[in-house]
Amino acid sequence: MSVLFDNIDLFAKGFWLTLQVCILSAIGAVIIGTVVAVLRISPIPPLRWLGTAYVTVFRNAPLTVVFFLAAFGLPALGSNAEFLNIPGLNLLFSRLDYDLPYFRFAVFALMIYTGAFVCEALRSGVNAVPPGQAEAARAIGLTFSQNLRHVVLPQAWRAAIVPLGSVIIAMIKNSAIAGFFGLAGDLSQTGYDLVVARGEAVLPVFVGISLGFLLLTMPLGLLLDRFERQAVRAR
Amino acid sequence: MSNQAVLYDAPGPKARRLTLIVSIVAAVVAVVGAYFFIYRPLKENGQLSMELWGPLIDPGNENFDQLWQRLGQGFKATIIAAVLAIICSLLFGTALAILRVQLRSVRTVPGVQLLISVLNLITRICVEVLRGIPVVITIFFVWVGLNQLGAKDIVIPLSDIGLADLTISYLLYSLVIGLTIYNGVVIGEILRSGMEGLPRGQREAADAIGLSTFQTIRLVLLPQAYRIMLPALISQLVVVLKDTSLGFIITYEEILRVAGQTVQVLGNGIQTYVVVGAIYIAANYTLSKIAEYTQRRMARGRKTPRQPGGGAQLPPASLGADTELPALVAKLDD
Repeated sequence: MSVLFDNIDLFAKGFWLTLQVCILSAIGAVIIGTVVAVLRISPIPPLRWLGTAYVTVFRNAPLTVVFFLAAFGLPALGSNAEFLNIPGLNLLFSRLDYDLPYFRFAVFALMIYTGAFVCEALRSGVNAVPPGQAEAARAIGLTFSQNLRHVVLPQAWRAAIVPLGSVIIAMIKNSAIAGFFGLAGDLSQTGYDLVVARGEAVLPVFVGISLGFLLLTMPLGLLLDRFERQAVRAR
Repeated sequence: MSNQAVLYDAPGPKARRLTLIVSIVAAVVAVVGAYFFIYRPLKENGQLSMELWGPLIDPGNENFDQLWQRLGQGFKATIIAAVLAIICSLLFGTALAILRVQLRSVRTVPGVQLLISVLNLITRICVEVLRGIPVVITIFFVWVGLNQLGAKDIVIPLSDIGLADLTISYLLYSLVIGLTIYNGVVIGEILRSGMEGLPRGQREAADAIGLSTFQTIRLVLLPQAYRIMLPALISQLVVVLKDTSLGFIITYEEILRVAGQTVQVLGNGIQTYVVVGAIYIAANYTLSKIAEYTQRRMARGRKTPRQPGGGAQLPPASLGADTELPALVAKLDD
Protein backbone atom coordinates (compact mmCIF):
# COMPACT_ATOMS: atom_id res chain seq x y z
CA MET A 1 0.00 0.00 0.00
CA SER A 2 2.97 2.29 0.39
CA VAL A 3 3.00 2.58 -3.37
CA LEU A 4 -0.23 4.49 -3.07
CA PHE A 5 1.15 7.05 -0.63
CA ASP A 6 4.59 7.39 -2.19
CA ASN A 7 3.13 8.27 -5.54
CA ILE A 8 0.19 10.32 -4.35
CA ASP A 9 1.45 13.31 -6.32
CA LEU A 10 1.39 11.27 -9.53
CA PHE A 11 -2.18 10.19 -8.83
CA ALA A 12 -3.18 13.76 -8.04
CA LYS A 13 -1.64 15.08 -11.25
CA GLY A 14 -3.31 12.30 -13.22
CA PHE A 15 -6.63 13.11 -11.60
CA TRP A 16 -6.24 16.79 -12.46
CA LEU A 17 -5.38 16.06 -16.10
CA THR A 18 -8.31 13.65 -16.47
CA LEU A 19 -10.55 16.30 -14.92
CA GLN A 20 -9.32 18.83 -17.48
CA VAL A 21 -10.00 16.46 -20.37
CA CYS A 22 -13.48 15.74 -19.02
CA ILE A 23 -14.42 19.39 -18.50
CA LEU A 24 -13.30 20.46 -21.96
CA SER A 25 -14.91 17.48 -23.67
CA ALA A 26 -18.13 17.99 -21.73
CA ILE A 27 -18.41 21.63 -22.81
CA GLY A 28 -17.63 20.75 -26.42
CA ALA A 29 -19.95 17.76 -26.41
CA VAL A 30 -22.89 19.78 -25.06
CA ILE A 31 -22.33 22.44 -27.73
CA ILE A 32 -22.05 19.90 -30.55
CA GLY A 33 -24.94 17.89 -29.12
CA THR A 34 -27.23 20.91 -29.00
CA VAL A 35 -26.43 21.82 -32.59
CA VAL A 36 -27.03 18.27 -33.81
CA ALA A 37 -30.25 18.00 -31.78
CA VAL A 38 -31.58 21.17 -33.39
CA LEU A 39 -30.61 19.70 -36.77
CA ARG A 40 -32.49 16.52 -35.98
CA ILE A 41 -35.77 18.19 -34.99
CA SER A 42 -35.76 20.91 -37.65
CA PRO A 43 -38.45 20.88 -40.35
CA ILE A 44 -35.87 20.82 -43.17
CA PRO A 45 -35.22 17.27 -44.40
CA PRO A 46 -31.53 17.61 -45.48
CA LEU A 47 -30.63 19.00 -42.05
CA ARG A 48 -32.54 16.16 -40.42
CA TRP A 49 -30.65 13.59 -42.51
CA LEU A 50 -27.34 15.23 -41.66
CA GLY A 51 -28.13 15.08 -37.95
CA THR A 52 -29.33 11.49 -38.14
CA ALA A 53 -26.24 10.44 -40.11
CA TYR A 54 -23.95 12.06 -37.55
CA VAL A 55 -25.70 10.37 -34.63
CA THR A 56 -25.83 6.96 -36.34
CA VAL A 57 -22.13 7.05 -37.15
CA PHE A 58 -20.91 8.09 -33.73
CA ARG A 59 -23.28 6.00 -31.68
CA ASN A 60 -22.33 2.81 -33.47
CA ALA A 61 -18.61 3.28 -33.88
CA PRO A 62 -16.41 2.35 -30.92
CA LEU A 63 -14.56 5.18 -29.26
CA THR A 64 -11.22 3.55 -30.04
CA VAL A 65 -11.91 3.81 -33.78
CA VAL A 66 -12.78 7.50 -33.32
CA PHE A 67 -9.55 8.01 -31.40
CA PHE A 68 -7.54 6.30 -34.12
CA LEU A 69 -9.18 8.42 -36.78
CA ALA A 70 -8.46 11.58 -34.79
CA ALA A 71 -4.84 10.56 -34.25
CA PHE A 72 -4.32 9.56 -37.90
CA GLY A 73 -6.88 11.60 -39.75
CA LEU A 74 -6.24 15.04 -38.34
CA PRO A 75 -2.51 15.04 -39.13
CA ALA A 76 -3.30 13.67 -42.58
CA LEU A 77 -5.69 16.56 -43.09
CA GLY A 78 -2.79 18.77 -42.14
CA SER A 79 -4.15 19.82 -38.80
CA ASN A 80 -2.68 19.56 -35.34
CA ALA A 81 -6.08 20.25 -33.80
CA GLU A 82 -4.82 23.77 -33.24
CA PHE A 83 -8.37 24.98 -33.66
CA LEU A 84 -8.97 23.78 -30.11
CA ASN A 85 -6.29 26.12 -28.83
CA ILE A 86 -8.73 28.86 -27.91
CA PRO A 87 -6.79 31.91 -26.60
CA GLY A 88 -8.69 32.35 -23.36
CA LEU A 89 -8.98 28.68 -22.48
CA ASN A 90 -5.31 27.82 -22.86
CA LEU A 91 -4.49 29.93 -19.86
CA LEU A 92 -6.65 27.68 -17.71
CA PHE A 93 -5.94 24.41 -19.47
CA SER A 94 -2.29 24.74 -20.33
CA ARG A 95 -2.15 21.45 -22.21
CA LEU A 96 -4.13 22.99 -25.04
CA ASP A 97 -1.03 24.97 -25.90
CA TYR A 98 1.47 22.14 -26.11
CA ASP A 99 3.24 21.23 -29.31
CA LEU A 100 2.35 17.60 -28.74
CA PRO A 101 -1.20 17.38 -29.97
CA TYR A 102 -2.36 14.36 -27.97
CA PHE A 103 -4.35 16.35 -25.41
CA ARG A 104 -6.18 18.20 -28.16
CA PHE A 105 -6.76 14.98 -30.12
CA ALA A 106 -8.20 13.34 -27.01
CA VAL A 107 -10.52 16.26 -26.32
CA PHE A 108 -11.58 16.39 -29.97
CA ALA A 109 -12.33 12.68 -30.23
CA LEU A 110 -14.26 12.62 -26.94
CA MET A 111 -16.16 15.74 -27.97
CA ILE A 112 -17.44 14.46 -31.28
CA TYR A 113 -18.19 11.00 -29.88
CA THR A 114 -20.11 12.19 -26.83
CA GLY A 115 -21.88 14.88 -28.87
CA ALA A 116 -23.98 12.19 -30.53
CA PHE A 117 -25.12 10.84 -27.17
CA VAL A 118 -25.81 14.34 -25.85
CA CYS A 119 -28.00 14.91 -28.89
CA GLU A 120 -30.00 11.78 -28.12
CA ALA A 121 -30.35 12.79 -24.47
CA LEU A 122 -31.62 16.24 -25.43
CA ARG A 123 -34.02 14.71 -27.92
CA SER A 124 -35.42 12.39 -25.30
CA GLY A 125 -35.94 15.49 -23.16
CA VAL A 126 -37.81 17.20 -25.97
CA ASN A 127 -39.91 14.07 -26.48
CA ALA A 128 -40.82 14.05 -22.81
CA VAL A 129 -42.67 17.36 -23.09
CA PRO A 130 -46.40 16.62 -23.52
CA PRO A 131 -47.46 17.16 -27.14
CA GLY A 132 -50.33 19.33 -25.96
CA GLN A 133 -47.82 22.04 -25.12
CA ALA A 134 -46.53 22.32 -28.68
CA GLU A 135 -50.06 22.09 -30.05
CA ALA A 136 -51.20 24.89 -27.75
CA ALA A 137 -48.23 26.98 -28.86
CA ARG A 138 -49.18 26.43 -32.48
CA ALA A 139 -52.79 27.26 -31.65
CA ILE A 140 -51.79 30.71 -30.46
CA GLY A 141 -49.76 31.22 -33.62
CA LEU A 142 -46.14 30.80 -32.54
CA THR A 143 -43.67 29.89 -35.28
CA PHE A 144 -41.34 26.89 -35.03
CA SER A 145 -38.46 28.80 -33.48
CA GLN A 146 -40.72 30.73 -31.11
CA ASN A 147 -42.35 27.46 -30.15
CA LEU A 148 -38.99 25.94 -29.34
CA ARG A 149 -37.62 28.89 -27.52
CA HIS A 150 -40.57 29.89 -25.34
CA VAL A 151 -42.52 26.69 -24.78
CA VAL A 152 -40.72 23.45 -25.55
CA LEU A 153 -37.06 23.94 -24.68
CA PRO A 154 -37.58 25.41 -21.19
CA GLN A 155 -39.61 22.33 -20.27
CA ALA A 156 -37.45 19.87 -22.20
CA TRP A 157 -34.44 21.10 -20.31
CA ARG A 158 -35.66 19.66 -16.99
CA ALA A 159 -36.51 16.30 -18.51
CA ALA A 160 -33.17 16.09 -20.30
CA ILE A 161 -31.00 16.58 -17.22
CA VAL A 162 -31.05 12.95 -16.08
CA PRO A 163 -30.12 11.37 -19.46
CA LEU A 164 -27.58 14.16 -19.93
CA GLY A 165 -26.02 13.35 -16.59
CA SER A 166 -25.78 9.68 -17.53
CA VAL A 167 -24.07 10.61 -20.77
CA ILE A 168 -21.53 12.77 -18.93
CA ILE A 169 -20.78 9.98 -16.47
CA ALA A 170 -20.23 7.62 -19.41
CA MET A 171 -17.93 10.19 -20.99
CA ILE A 172 -15.84 10.49 -17.83
CA LYS A 173 -15.37 6.74 -17.90
CA ASN A 174 -14.51 6.85 -21.61
CA SER A 175 -11.83 9.46 -21.02
CA ALA A 176 -9.72 6.70 -19.51
CA ILE A 177 -9.04 5.50 -23.06
CA ALA A 178 -7.17 8.72 -23.81
CA GLY A 179 -4.30 7.61 -21.62
CA PHE A 180 -3.60 4.71 -23.95
CA PHE A 181 -3.48 6.98 -26.98
CA GLY A 182 -0.43 9.02 -26.20
CA LEU A 183 -1.85 11.39 -23.61
CA ALA A 184 1.00 11.39 -21.08
CA GLY A 185 0.18 11.87 -17.44
CA ASP A 186 -3.51 11.16 -17.10
CA LEU A 187 -4.91 8.60 -14.65
CA SER A 188 -4.86 5.53 -16.86
CA GLN A 189 -1.44 6.30 -18.28
CA THR A 190 -0.15 6.78 -14.72
CA GLY A 191 -1.48 3.34 -13.89
CA TYR A 192 0.13 1.83 -16.96
CA ASP A 193 3.40 3.54 -16.19
CA LEU A 194 3.48 2.48 -12.56
CA VAL A 195 2.53 -1.12 -13.16
CA VAL A 196 4.14 -1.99 -16.48
CA ALA A 197 7.12 0.33 -16.74
CA ARG A 198 8.06 0.52 -13.08
CA GLY A 199 6.78 -2.87 -12.02
CA GLU A 200 4.99 -1.75 -8.88
CA ALA A 201 2.43 -3.94 -7.16
CA VAL A 202 -0.82 -4.20 -9.06
CA LEU A 203 -3.44 -4.01 -6.31
CA PRO A 204 -2.49 -0.67 -4.67
CA VAL A 205 -2.16 1.04 -8.04
CA PHE A 206 -5.54 -0.38 -9.05
CA VAL A 207 -7.07 0.98 -5.85
CA GLY A 208 -5.51 4.38 -6.46
CA ILE A 209 -6.66 4.66 -10.08
CA SER A 210 -10.13 3.42 -9.22
CA LEU A 211 -10.42 5.96 -6.41
CA GLY A 212 -9.50 8.66 -8.87
CA PHE A 213 -12.24 7.67 -11.27
CA LEU A 214 -14.79 6.99 -8.56
CA LEU A 215 -14.11 10.49 -7.21
CA LEU A 216 -15.23 11.79 -10.59
CA THR A 217 -18.21 9.53 -11.26
CA MET A 218 -19.73 8.82 -7.83
CA PRO A 219 -20.73 12.38 -6.88
CA LEU A 220 -22.36 12.88 -10.26
CA GLY A 221 -24.16 9.56 -9.93
CA LEU A 222 -25.48 10.40 -6.47
CA LEU A 223 -26.54 13.87 -7.63
CA LEU A 224 -28.35 12.29 -10.54
CA ASP A 225 -30.16 9.80 -8.32
CA ARG A 226 -31.28 12.55 -5.99
CA PHE A 227 -32.45 14.69 -8.90
CA GLU A 228 -34.41 11.77 -10.32
CA ARG A 229 -36.05 11.06 -6.99
CA GLN A 230 -37.00 14.72 -6.63
CA ALA A 231 -38.44 14.74 -10.12
CA VAL A 232 -40.49 11.61 -9.42
CA ARG A 233 -41.83 13.15 -6.22
CA ALA A 234 -42.67 16.40 -7.98
CA ARG A 235 -44.65 14.48 -10.57
CA MET B 1 -43.85 14.31 -27.85
CA SER B 2 -44.89 11.25 -29.71
CA ASN B 3 -44.61 13.01 -33.03
CA GLN B 4 -42.02 15.64 -33.63
CA ALA B 5 -44.00 17.11 -36.49
CA VAL B 6 -46.21 18.49 -33.75
CA LEU B 7 -43.58 21.19 -33.32
CA TYR B 8 -44.51 22.90 -36.53
CA ASP B 9 -47.66 23.34 -38.59
CA ALA B 10 -48.39 21.18 -41.61
CA PRO B 11 -46.61 23.24 -44.25
CA GLY B 12 -48.72 25.34 -46.58
CA PRO B 13 -47.52 26.48 -50.03
CA LYS B 14 -45.41 29.35 -48.68
CA ALA B 15 -43.78 27.18 -46.00
CA ARG B 16 -43.16 24.41 -48.50
CA ARG B 17 -41.42 26.86 -50.83
CA LEU B 18 -39.32 28.21 -47.98
CA THR B 19 -38.42 24.71 -46.87
CA LEU B 20 -37.43 23.81 -50.41
CA ILE B 21 -35.22 26.89 -50.76
CA VAL B 22 -33.55 26.35 -47.40
CA SER B 23 -33.09 22.64 -48.17
CA ILE B 24 -31.31 23.44 -51.40
CA VAL B 25 -29.17 26.07 -49.73
CA ALA B 26 -28.32 23.70 -46.88
CA ALA B 27 -27.45 20.89 -49.30
CA VAL B 28 -25.22 23.20 -51.32
CA VAL B 29 -23.49 24.48 -48.19
CA ALA B 30 -22.96 20.93 -46.99
CA VAL B 31 -21.45 19.84 -50.29
CA VAL B 32 -19.21 22.91 -50.51
CA GLY B 33 -18.14 22.44 -46.89
CA ALA B 34 -17.37 18.79 -47.48
CA TYR B 35 -15.33 19.74 -50.52
CA PHE B 36 -13.28 22.36 -48.77
CA PHE B 37 -12.82 20.72 -45.40
CA ILE B 38 -12.64 17.06 -46.30
CA TYR B 39 -12.05 16.41 -49.97
CA ARG B 40 -9.41 19.04 -50.74
CA PRO B 41 -7.17 18.45 -47.69
CA LEU B 42 -7.34 14.71 -48.26
CA LYS B 43 -6.44 15.09 -51.90
CA GLU B 44 -3.62 17.52 -51.18
CA ASN B 45 -2.10 15.10 -48.70
CA GLY B 46 -2.36 12.27 -51.17
CA GLN B 47 -4.88 10.35 -49.09
CA LEU B 48 -7.19 9.60 -51.99
CA SER B 49 -4.63 7.79 -54.08
CA MET B 50 -5.35 4.27 -55.22
CA GLU B 51 -2.08 3.23 -53.65
CA LEU B 52 -3.60 3.78 -50.21
CA TRP B 53 -7.16 2.71 -50.95
CA GLY B 54 -6.18 -0.16 -53.23
CA PRO B 55 -5.49 -2.88 -50.68
CA LEU B 56 -8.90 -2.27 -49.17
CA ILE B 57 -11.26 -2.03 -52.10
CA ASP B 58 -9.49 -3.20 -55.25
CA PRO B 59 -9.55 -6.99 -55.66
CA GLY B 60 -6.77 -6.74 -58.21
CA ASN B 61 -4.37 -5.19 -55.74
CA GLU B 62 -1.59 -7.46 -54.60
CA ASN B 63 -2.24 -6.91 -50.92
CA PHE B 64 -6.00 -7.21 -51.12
CA ASP B 65 -6.38 -10.90 -50.33
CA GLN B 66 -3.90 -10.91 -47.53
CA LEU B 67 -5.29 -7.78 -45.96
CA TRP B 68 -8.85 -9.00 -45.98
CA GLN B 69 -7.80 -12.39 -44.70
CA ARG B 70 -6.12 -10.71 -41.74
CA LEU B 71 -9.11 -8.45 -41.17
CA GLY B 72 -11.34 -11.49 -41.34
CA GLN B 73 -9.29 -13.22 -38.65
CA GLY B 74 -9.45 -10.11 -36.52
CA PHE B 75 -13.19 -9.89 -36.97
CA LYS B 76 -13.59 -13.52 -36.00
CA ALA B 77 -11.53 -12.87 -32.85
CA THR B 78 -13.75 -9.89 -32.05
CA ILE B 79 -16.93 -11.93 -32.46
CA ILE B 80 -15.55 -14.77 -30.33
CA ALA B 81 -14.61 -12.36 -27.54
CA ALA B 82 -17.98 -10.61 -27.75
CA VAL B 83 -20.01 -13.82 -27.69
CA LEU B 84 -18.04 -15.25 -24.77
CA ALA B 85 -18.30 -11.96 -22.92
CA ILE B 86 -22.03 -11.64 -23.39
CA ILE B 87 -22.69 -15.24 -22.32
CA CYS B 88 -20.57 -14.87 -19.19
CA SER B 89 -22.07 -11.45 -18.42
CA LEU B 90 -25.58 -12.87 -18.72
CA LEU B 91 -24.73 -15.69 -16.32
CA PHE B 92 -22.94 -13.39 -13.90
CA GLY B 93 -25.61 -10.71 -14.16
CA THR B 94 -28.44 -13.17 -13.56
CA ALA B 95 -26.66 -14.57 -10.51
CA LEU B 96 -26.03 -11.06 -9.19
CA ALA B 97 -29.64 -10.00 -9.74
CA ILE B 98 -30.95 -13.12 -8.02
CA LEU B 99 -28.59 -12.53 -5.13
CA ARG B 100 -29.62 -8.93 -4.67
CA VAL B 101 -33.37 -9.54 -4.92
CA GLN B 102 -33.05 -12.53 -2.60
CA LEU B 103 -31.15 -10.47 -0.04
CA ARG B 104 -33.76 -7.74 -0.14
CA SER B 105 -36.83 -9.94 0.19
CA VAL B 106 -35.75 -12.69 2.55
CA ARG B 107 -37.10 -12.51 6.11
CA THR B 108 -35.60 -14.58 8.93
CA VAL B 109 -34.50 -14.29 12.56
CA PRO B 110 -33.10 -10.89 13.54
CA GLY B 111 -29.52 -12.13 13.94
CA VAL B 112 -29.36 -13.50 10.42
CA GLN B 113 -31.29 -10.44 9.22
CA LEU B 114 -28.44 -8.20 10.35
CA LEU B 115 -25.95 -10.34 8.45
CA ILE B 116 -28.17 -10.12 5.41
CA SER B 117 -28.33 -6.31 5.59
CA VAL B 118 -24.55 -6.17 5.85
CA LEU B 119 -24.24 -8.49 2.85
CA ASN B 120 -26.72 -6.32 0.99
CA LEU B 121 -24.66 -3.23 1.73
CA ILE B 122 -21.43 -4.91 0.64
CA THR B 123 -23.02 -6.06 -2.60
CA ARG B 124 -24.34 -2.59 -3.24
CA ILE B 125 -20.94 -1.02 -2.66
CA CYS B 126 -19.28 -3.56 -4.96
CA VAL B 127 -21.83 -2.90 -7.68
CA GLU B 128 -21.47 0.88 -7.48
CA VAL B 129 -17.67 0.67 -7.46
CA LEU B 130 -17.46 -1.74 -10.39
CA ARG B 131 -19.85 0.41 -12.39
CA GLY B 132 -17.93 3.59 -11.62
CA ILE B 133 -14.61 2.27 -12.89
CA PRO B 134 -14.02 2.51 -16.65
CA VAL B 135 -14.00 -0.80 -18.53
CA VAL B 136 -10.51 -0.06 -19.87
CA ILE B 137 -9.10 0.10 -16.39
CA THR B 138 -10.81 -3.13 -15.38
CA ILE B 139 -9.58 -4.99 -18.47
CA PHE B 140 -6.09 -3.58 -18.15
CA PHE B 141 -5.65 -4.44 -14.49
CA VAL B 142 -7.15 -7.90 -14.89
CA TRP B 143 -4.62 -8.52 -17.66
CA VAL B 144 -1.70 -7.20 -15.65
CA GLY B 145 -2.82 -9.03 -12.54
CA LEU B 146 -3.24 -12.36 -14.32
CA ASN B 147 0.09 -11.81 -16.02
CA GLN B 148 1.83 -11.36 -12.71
CA LEU B 149 0.12 -14.42 -11.31
CA GLY B 150 1.58 -16.36 -14.22
CA ALA B 151 -1.51 -16.96 -16.32
CA LYS B 152 -1.07 -19.10 -19.38
CA ASP B 153 -3.19 -20.13 -22.32
CA ILE B 154 -5.83 -22.71 -21.57
CA VAL B 155 -5.48 -25.67 -23.88
CA ILE B 156 -8.45 -27.99 -24.06
CA PRO B 157 -7.12 -31.24 -25.44
CA LEU B 158 -9.65 -32.39 -27.98
CA SER B 159 -7.17 -34.50 -29.90
CA ASP B 160 -8.54 -37.49 -28.02
CA ILE B 161 -11.76 -37.19 -29.96
CA GLY B 162 -9.99 -36.42 -33.18
CA LEU B 163 -10.35 -32.62 -33.29
CA ALA B 164 -7.57 -30.07 -33.03
CA ASP B 165 -6.70 -28.83 -29.55
CA LEU B 166 -8.74 -25.80 -28.57
CA THR B 167 -6.53 -23.00 -27.29
CA ILE B 168 -7.99 -20.15 -25.31
CA SER B 169 -5.25 -17.58 -25.16
CA TYR B 170 -4.77 -15.82 -21.87
CA LEU B 171 -5.36 -12.53 -23.64
CA LEU B 172 -8.81 -13.74 -24.63
CA TYR B 173 -9.83 -14.82 -21.20
CA SER B 174 -8.47 -11.73 -19.46
CA LEU B 175 -10.43 -9.62 -21.94
CA VAL B 176 -13.54 -11.72 -21.35
CA ILE B 177 -13.11 -11.57 -17.57
CA GLY B 178 -12.69 -7.79 -17.66
CA LEU B 179 -15.73 -7.35 -19.90
CA THR B 180 -17.76 -9.78 -17.80
CA ILE B 181 -17.04 -7.95 -14.56
CA TYR B 182 -18.33 -4.68 -15.92
CA ASN B 183 -21.16 -5.84 -18.13
CA GLY B 184 -22.24 -8.51 -15.68
CA VAL B 185 -22.74 -5.86 -13.04
CA VAL B 186 -24.68 -3.66 -15.48
CA ILE B 187 -26.86 -6.56 -16.64
CA GLY B 188 -27.42 -7.51 -13.00
CA GLU B 189 -28.67 -4.03 -12.28
CA ILE B 190 -30.90 -4.07 -15.36
CA LEU B 191 -32.47 -7.37 -14.35
CA ARG B 192 -32.83 -6.31 -10.73
CA SER B 193 -34.62 -3.11 -11.65
CA GLY B 194 -36.76 -5.15 -14.02
CA MET B 195 -37.71 -7.60 -11.26
CA GLU B 196 -38.40 -4.84 -8.76
CA GLY B 197 -40.44 -2.94 -11.29
CA LEU B 198 -42.90 -5.76 -11.71
CA PRO B 199 -46.31 -5.28 -10.07
CA ARG B 200 -46.29 -6.30 -6.41
CA GLY B 201 -49.22 -8.56 -7.04
CA GLN B 202 -46.90 -11.02 -8.72
CA ARG B 203 -44.85 -11.51 -5.62
CA GLU B 204 -47.91 -11.60 -3.37
CA ALA B 205 -49.57 -14.22 -5.55
CA ALA B 206 -46.42 -16.33 -5.50
CA ASP B 207 -46.33 -15.98 -1.73
CA ALA B 208 -49.99 -16.98 -1.53
CA ILE B 209 -49.38 -20.27 -3.32
CA GLY B 210 -46.47 -20.99 -1.01
CA LEU B 211 -43.42 -20.46 -3.20
CA SER B 212 -40.15 -19.65 -1.41
CA THR B 213 -38.26 -16.48 -2.29
CA PHE B 214 -35.87 -18.27 -4.59
CA GLN B 215 -38.68 -20.15 -6.31
CA THR B 216 -40.57 -16.89 -6.80
CA ILE B 217 -37.56 -15.33 -8.43
CA ARG B 218 -36.83 -18.33 -10.56
CA LEU B 219 -40.37 -19.11 -11.72
CA VAL B 220 -42.19 -15.77 -11.68
CA LEU B 221 -39.97 -12.69 -11.56
CA LEU B 222 -36.93 -13.57 -13.62
CA PRO B 223 -38.70 -14.76 -16.81
CA GLN B 224 -40.80 -11.60 -16.87
CA ALA B 225 -37.80 -9.41 -16.15
CA TYR B 226 -35.94 -11.00 -19.06
CA ARG B 227 -38.82 -10.42 -21.42
CA ILE B 228 -39.30 -6.84 -20.39
CA MET B 229 -35.62 -5.95 -20.34
CA LEU B 230 -34.83 -7.67 -23.63
CA PRO B 231 -34.25 -4.41 -25.56
CA ALA B 232 -31.91 -3.15 -22.85
CA LEU B 233 -30.05 -6.46 -22.92
CA ILE B 234 -29.64 -6.26 -26.69
CA SER B 235 -28.35 -2.69 -26.32
CA GLN B 236 -25.85 -4.04 -23.82
CA LEU B 237 -24.73 -6.49 -26.50
CA VAL B 238 -23.95 -3.46 -28.67
CA VAL B 239 -21.92 -2.01 -25.82
CA VAL B 240 -20.02 -5.29 -25.41
CA LEU B 241 -19.22 -5.37 -29.11
CA LYS B 242 -17.87 -1.84 -28.95
CA ASP B 243 -15.87 -2.61 -25.83
CA THR B 244 -14.15 -5.63 -27.39
CA SER B 245 -12.25 -3.04 -29.40
CA LEU B 246 -10.52 -2.19 -26.11
CA GLY B 247 -8.81 -5.55 -26.46
CA PHE B 248 -6.17 -3.93 -28.60
CA ILE B 249 -4.76 -2.31 -25.47
CA ILE B 250 -3.90 -5.69 -24.04
CA THR B 251 -2.58 -6.83 -27.42
CA TYR B 252 -5.46 -9.18 -28.11
CA GLU B 253 -5.59 -9.77 -31.86
CA GLU B 254 -8.99 -8.36 -32.56
CA ILE B 255 -9.85 -6.38 -35.66
CA LEU B 256 -8.59 -3.03 -34.42
CA ARG B 257 -5.19 -4.36 -33.48
CA VAL B 258 -4.93 -6.22 -36.78
CA ALA B 259 -5.76 -2.96 -38.51
CA GLY B 260 -3.01 -1.24 -36.53
CA GLN B 261 -0.54 -3.83 -37.71
CA THR B 262 -1.54 -3.58 -41.37
CA VAL B 263 -1.40 0.20 -41.14
CA GLN B 264 2.21 -0.03 -40.02
CA VAL B 265 3.04 -2.09 -43.10
CA LEU B 266 0.85 -0.44 -45.71
CA GLY B 267 0.77 3.10 -44.37
CA ASN B 268 -2.90 3.72 -45.13
CA GLY B 269 -4.12 4.79 -41.68
CA ILE B 270 -7.25 6.78 -42.46
CA GLN B 271 -8.48 4.36 -45.09
CA THR B 272 -8.15 1.26 -42.94
CA TYR B 273 -9.80 2.85 -39.94
CA VAL B 274 -12.64 4.19 -42.03
CA VAL B 275 -13.29 0.68 -43.34
CA VAL B 276 -13.00 -0.90 -39.88
CA GLY B 277 -15.27 1.81 -38.50
CA ALA B 278 -17.79 1.07 -41.24
CA ILE B 279 -17.75 -2.63 -40.31
CA TYR B 280 -18.41 -1.81 -36.66
CA ILE B 281 -21.12 0.69 -37.53
CA ALA B 282 -22.88 -1.83 -39.74
CA ALA B 283 -22.79 -4.53 -37.06
CA ASN B 284 -23.95 -2.27 -34.24
CA TYR B 285 -26.60 -0.60 -36.35
CA THR B 286 -28.09 -3.99 -37.14
CA LEU B 287 -28.12 -4.92 -33.46
CA SER B 288 -29.72 -1.61 -32.50
CA LYS B 289 -32.40 -2.09 -35.11
CA ILE B 290 -33.09 -5.55 -33.70
CA ALA B 291 -33.41 -4.01 -30.22
CA GLU B 292 -35.83 -1.38 -31.50
CA TYR B 293 -37.87 -3.99 -33.33
CA THR B 294 -38.06 -6.13 -30.19
CA GLN B 295 -39.19 -3.17 -28.13
CA ARG B 296 -41.84 -2.25 -30.67
CA ARG B 297 -43.17 -5.78 -30.83
CA MET B 298 -43.34 -6.00 -27.07
CA ALA B 299 -45.06 -2.63 -26.75
CA ARG B 300 -47.65 -3.76 -29.27
CA GLY B 301 -48.31 -7.08 -27.58
CA ARG B 302 -48.70 -5.61 -24.14
CA LYS B 303 -51.59 -7.19 -22.27
CA THR B 304 -51.51 -5.03 -19.14
CA PRO B 305 -52.04 -1.27 -19.41
CA ARG B 306 -48.83 0.70 -19.57
CA GLN B 307 -47.79 2.20 -16.23
CA PRO B 308 -48.28 6.00 -16.18
CA GLY B 309 -44.66 6.66 -15.27
CA GLY B 310 -43.34 4.15 -17.75
CA GLY B 311 -40.12 4.26 -15.76
CA ALA B 312 -41.06 1.14 -13.86
CA GLN B 313 -40.37 -0.93 -16.92
CA LEU B 314 -37.15 0.75 -17.95
CA PRO B 315 -33.80 0.64 -16.23
CA PRO B 316 -33.33 3.61 -13.87
CA ALA B 317 -31.66 6.67 -15.26
CA SER B 318 -28.39 6.06 -13.47
CA LEU B 319 -28.02 2.96 -15.59
CA GLY B 320 -28.37 5.08 -18.69
CA ALA B 321 -24.69 5.74 -18.48
CA ASP B 322 -24.05 2.08 -19.07
CA THR B 323 -26.90 1.12 -21.36
CA GLU B 324 -28.19 2.93 -24.37
CA LEU B 325 -31.84 2.50 -23.55
CA PRO B 326 -33.03 6.06 -22.79
CA ALA B 327 -31.76 7.24 -26.12
CA LEU B 328 -33.09 4.12 -27.76
CA VAL B 329 -36.57 4.87 -26.47
CA ALA B 330 -36.23 8.41 -27.72
CA LYS B 331 -35.27 7.10 -31.11
CA LEU B 332 -38.48 5.11 -31.31
CA ASP B 333 -40.48 8.27 -31.22
CA ASP B 334 -39.37 9.70 -34.53
